[in-house]
Amino acid sequence: MQATDLQLLRAMIAQHKRYDILFGLVGLLATMVGVVTLLVLFIDLVLDGYPRLTYDFFTSFPSRRAEEAGILSAWVGTVLVMLVTAVAAIPLGVGAAIYLEEYAPKNWMTDLIEINVTNLAGVPSIVYGLLALGLFVYILDFGQSILTAGLTLALLILPVIIVATRESLRSIPVAIREAAYALGATRWQMVSDHLLRYSMGGILTGIIIGMARAIGETAPIITIGALTFIAFLPPVPFTIDPSTDLPAGPFDWLFSPFTVLPIQMFNWVSRPQAAFLENAAATGIVIIVATLAMNGLAIWLRYRIRKHIKW
Amino acid sequence: MFKHTSPRFKMTVMAGVLAGALLAPVAHAGLVKIDGSSTVYPITEAVAEEFQKSVKGKTKVTVGISGTGGGFKKFCRGETDISNASRPILKKEMDDCKAAGITYLELPVAFDALTVVVNKDNTWANELTVAELKKMYEPAAQGKINNWNQIRASFPNMPLKLGAPGADSGTFDYFTEAIVGKAKSARGDVLSSEDDNVLVQFVQRDKSALAYFGLAYYEENKDKLKAVAIKMDDKSPAVMPSVETTNKGIYQPLSRPIFIYVNAKSLQNPEVRGFVEFYLKHGGKLAKEVGYVDLPARAYTLALENLKKGKTGTAFGGHAEVGVSVEELLQREGKL
Repeated sequence: MQATDLQLLRAMIAQHKRYDILFGLVGLLATMVGVVTLLVLFIDLVLDGYPRLTYDFFTSFPSRRAEEAGILSAWVGTVLVMLVTAVAAIPLGVGAAIYLEEYAPKNWMTDLIEINVTNLAGVPSIVYGLLALGLFVYILDFGQSILTAGLTLALLILPVIIVATRESLRSIPVAIREAAYALGATRWQMVSDHLLRYSMGGILTGIIIGMARAIGETAPIITIGALTFIAFLPPVPFTIDPSTDLPAGPFDWLFSPFTVLPIQMFNWVSRPQAAFLENAAATGIVIIVATLAMNGLAIWLRYRIRKHIKW
Repeated sequence: MFKHTSPRFKMTVMAGVLAGALLAPVAHAGLVKIDGSSTVYPITEAVAEEFQKSVKGKTKVTVGISGTGGGFKKFCRGETDISNASRPILKKEMDDCKAAGITYLELPVAFDALTVVVNKDNTWANELTVAELKKMYEPAAQGKINNWNQIRASFPNMPLKLGAPGADSGTFDYFTEAIVGKAKSARGDVLSSEDDNVLVQFVQRDKSALAYFGLAYYEENKDKLKAVAIKMDDKSPAVMPSVETTNKGIYQPLSRPIFIYVNAKSLQNPEVRGFVEFYLKHGGKLAKEVGYVDLPARAYTLALENLKKGKTGTAFGGHAEVGVSVEELLQREGKL
């Protein structure tokens, strides 16, 4: 009787172990589908576009001749838009998160705000584009400019930064806060001297992941009216602008028309000449590498900063 | 809270005011803003590129793509100086412009020849009549016409697979106008794509497929596709789409002029006027370079004269016409 029980038990364990292996395989398969697809796409892109990635490609304006065309105005546009996005989104996002986590009273109002922030992270980006078209382009009259695009993308990534910052603040033990208070620190001293320092890794990760999302966004930028053909750069502050013969003001570049990398790529994809498709692939490589580099930086920063914090 | 207005606080306020003043939007002198059709875009891009080189950056030109309709929306709000259009302005758009007090010049800049293409291995369809194309694409064909032998008895018994540009494109509007007889009237059960490269691949892979798009896409894919000659009716000669046949005006009814519309008020700005003059002088050569068909030389001369006279309005009166010569259009009385 006992022997058969043992046999049954063993059979059952063996059976469960088989399930275990099976599940592992299914999981591996699920992972590989994503990774392999991305890898194949990327390799295909590199094979198509790699020969076009020359120095000239980065220093030339778009042109009707595919071999002479480059992404100068597009990458400069992307960098400047990202700059505006960062300057607008970081203080707003981090500030809102600190307030919600450390200062705000816990009542239905803050609950409502919290639910809204989480929901905003899932709103399709085109909706932000439409909002920005009405608010920044028409009501505030910023025009179809770098400023408008930067602020639009800042709105888009604000929820990402708020959520990441709050998570990061929450992971700091309450004891740290109490210890700071016990030594006579005010709330602001506690936040600035302790919480911000310890949560910097998480906050930076959130910011960079948000920015990496913004760099590839096309829909909201098209909605606000980014242009496709731009063969000039925004005015550099205090240099002579050839179109006006006057020195440019320090913030004139904010109101300059612009284009960004994804839009330049989109334009080339739909052209009949095969040479333009190679340009599109090369632009795709630049976007993917920029995104990967930013995500890599986020991981590295998190690792470095966490290494020095022990509790 | 601000009991002591410290010098530091005052400085912060001053800096804020200063930043506000500096941030105030500046008017963009020397900027020519263009938007509209993706079909006209390659020509305008080429002209903008050459023009900016010729004035050494003194004038900045921006070109956007929001489709003929989207372009007119911005144009009639006064947001752009020039609108690219692959079809004449519609009645509704004329009314919008009128309401906003915007008058405009209509200038044809090139021809586009819509090209009907089939697979390389298609040995039977060398030429098609307008009536046969209508039988394929008209709304009544939906679900009923799906075999080549329904089009002509001598065609093989083979499924007929159709492709067409998206319903927002001026190309679709013009084809339906010219073939079916009514703009935007077409069967719905075809492969429809805003990206003509998708149609190229569709026809390239399927022996029984047929689609249409601009001549430039055919010229680039000549080795993969076969163009079909078009006959107005059974008795007229079959004409192959090409630069020559379109330029001579014998590739009918599928060749169409494409336009730029210029805001008359913007023309007071010497930069815009300079750009438009440059466009009409060099646009023909550049259009050929990017795969389109240039207008007869006389049409550009007439257009330049209209520009000089400041002749506003459209020659069409709100709907596309098939088979009118460009010279005739340019000499018509303009309607606003």
